[in-house]
Amino acid sequence: MEDSTILNITGLRLLSVAGNVIVDNVDLQLQRGEVLGLIGESGAGKSTIGLSSMCYARAGLHIAGGEVVLGGVNIRALDAEGRRQVRGKRIAYIAQSAAAAFNPAHSLMDQVCEAPVLHKLMTRPQAEAWARELFVALDLPDPQNFGSRYPHQVSGGQLQRAMAAMAMSCRPDVLVLDEPTTALDVTTQIEVLILLKSLIRQYGTAALYITHDLAVVAQVADRIKVLRHGKEVEEGLTQQILHEARQDYTARLVAVRGAAASERAVSATVQPETVLKVQDCHAYYGDFHVVRGVSLDVQRGETVAVVGESGSGKSTLARIITGLLPPRSGQILFQDKALPATLKERSKELKRTIQLVYQIPDVAINPRQTLREIVGRPVEFYFGAGRAEVNARAQELMTLVELPHDYLERRPGQLSGGQKQRVCIARALAAKPDLIILDEPTSALDPLVAEEILTLLRKLQRELGLSYILITHDLDVVHRIAHRTAVMLQGQFVAFDTTDKIFENPEHPYTQKLITAVPEMRVDWLDEVLAKRQKAAA
Amino acid sequence: MKLFGHKLTASATFGMAVVAFFIFISLFTPWIAPYSESANIGGTWDEPSAKMLFGADQIGRDMLTRMMYGSRMTIGVAIAITALSFLIGILTGLVSAVVGGWVDVFFTRLVDVMLSIPSLIFALIILGVFGSSIPTLIMTIAVLDSTRVFRLSRALGMNLTVMEYVEAARLRGEGLWWVITREILPNAWAPLVSEFGLRFCFNFLFIAGLSFLGLGIQPPYADLGGMVRENAAAINFGMMAPIYPATAIALLTVSVNLVVDWMLSIDARPSGAQAEL
Repeated sequence: MEDSTILNITGLRLLSVAGNVIVDNVDLQLQRGEVLGLIGESGAGKSTIGLSSMCYARAGLHIAGGEVVLGGVNIRALDAEGRRQVRGKRIAYIAQSAAAAFNPAHSLMDQVCEAPVLHKLMTRPQAEAWARELFVALDLPDPQNFGSRYPHQVSGGQLQRAMAAMAMSCRPDVLVLDEPTTALDVTTQIEVLILLKSLIRQYGTAALYITHDLAVVAQVADRIKVLRHGKEVEEGLTQQILHEARQDYTARLVAVRGAAASERAVSATVQPETVLKVQDCHAYYGDFHVVRGVSLDVQRGETVAVVGESGSGKSTLARIITGLLPPRSGQILFQDKALPATLKERSKELKRTIQLVYQIPDVAINPRQTLREIVGRPVEFYFGAGRAEVNARAQELMTLVELPHDYLERRPGQLSGGQKQRVCIARALAAKPDLIILDEPTSALDPLVAEEILTLLRKLQRELGLSYILITHDLDVVHRIAHRTAVMLQGQFVAFDTTDKIFENPEHPYTQKLITAVPEMRVDWLDEVLAKRQKAAA
Repeated sequence: MKLFGHKLTASATFGMAVVAFFIFISLFTPWIAPYSESANIGGTWDEPSAKMLFGADQIGRDMLTRMMYGSRMTIGVAIAITALSFLIGILTGLVSAVVGGWVDVFFTRLVDVMLSIPSLIFALIILGVFGSSIPTLIMTIAVLDSTRVFRLSRALGMNLTVMEYVEAARLRGEGLWWVITREILPNAWAPLVSEFGLRFCFNFLFIAGLSFLGLGIQPPYADLGGMVRENAAAINFGMMAPIYPATAIALLTVSVNLVVDWMLSIDARPSGAQAEL
């Protein structure tokens, strides 16, 4: 074995308790100081491989075969105590959701210092000094006192960086980063990405970077390994994967991500008839002013996108329109008639005309009902249809959302994420609505599946003349299907114009920031952004 | 051995066998009991013999027969109480969770008040005032016990009402009854069923306790708690009489608990799953 190989996994195989093969014969080599990107859709086994590199398998799985050699030692052959010695010390893990990974009852410093003290690498004062150094390197505010804060006292991006500090606390040889920026807003993601990259470079740590976003991994990884269904599809240098993918699947992944930035496939369906008009709405949660004077209008057959980061009030806007949260002031007009503020005051007919599609299809449909009940109920409820009619309509709806008719007997647990989202769309369509509010309809889905859902939504708009309000944080999605776009910041629209104008000529600084923060599919994109920022600062 | 696709543990198998045995006895007592419920066969506390397997009770009735009828009565009443308390508790709990607002405040405070009085004392007062007939007994304990079911179902309901599929049903304009019975209840069954087993145990013990104090099921009906009391004096003479009904109470309680434990364990995680360290 070469001296520079730090992690060498061969023939890794993981089985579930039920006997399904989760990871099948995967090899993986990592040199010192190298970053390897693991990419694939959900269920591809990325996280499982990441955890197996520490010889850890989640509940329900077990490592059935293969070797994990870390710095010349096969850690699969070690006992639990031997593995404990390795974990955190030589190889460390950064989880996707920092908020869930930190213990809210301990200060950040306690948690960052825990590992080196436990592994007897440093005394507590030494560990604290090193932690402060890391806080500085990670550009955390007030690094001297940052550690005395508790997890809830810092923002999501800061917490993610604190977790990076925790992982680095023992100066491990290998870092496993499991979707470290996925849960963050785009503008925060870029900050964290820049810092993680410089941290890895500065200390020469080797890293496994797990993500589903090719553009993100392109910024940090030297090599990329593409996975699908627990098997390796291909591995290559980042440039080669992006530009000369050998496998069809990789090419499709690249194409979907790449297409987003360029193609616009907006259908010409807009008719001069205002479906919905929101006039100067204000809404509060308790005393907190969430939506501050928003005005919006939607034409028939039009898609209006509302973009913004988490906490900007965009989902609240959806709640106002659907009547779940009555606005304190302002008015909503539906087809030129005032819409009652609360759900209670709205007639069945008014409820029918506005439908909502949720972000996470898993919780948006009842797991204990069959699709026939889920899709058929609105037909029965709104139109008083008899059994035969409901069945006929349910089949028709399944055809519309491109699902087989025999799925009507299934329950949501027997469907994939994308299929569940199709069911949600079918349920909304069952009411024959004029307006569908799409609350992050593709955010929980894999890129290829998300692409199919967007295509379906466009098709339905063309065929049925639907209007959409699309709420999302994903600018790619906006760019692709929205006719007009509103940019929301702290409860207000900072821009509302045609999508082309927003993207080509962003006037508001926030809009510019948002657009430039979306990672592009170029290897040197992050460095360019960084250089641009430094220039601007200087 | 497997049941519903889950591996049965030894203790669960034992529990189920005992519970099945008790259910069988209770269902068919009149046909399988050796004597009639109140027939005097022998003398006071006769020793066990071929004629009377467990001997006789304090007035010479066959202990085995009395225990069969006693189990039938106690189990029957306990099931009636538990079923009624679940009906009341689930209904009020889920309505509280789904409707919220003052309805929730009203029910929660009422339950707080009821829970602040020890239930045995509460039951003693009510049964003392109204006298102890079987219907009053069932009603009283069911209402008292429903407070705990209320708390559980309200908590379950709270977790489920925030699910988006419930919100979707409300947005559609569905009424309270649909939301409770079609959207929430099907997702709350698993914990409620295991709670049913536990509440049954408590109620079973509670009636036995009340009967032991003389306020539960009244003679001439046989019931396990009452039998312990009636035969308690026999212990002074070194005789086994009160031990038999007491053992029956303990055996059934422990067995139901074993079954419930097993049910809770399959609910908690997929069978055999454990993180590999």
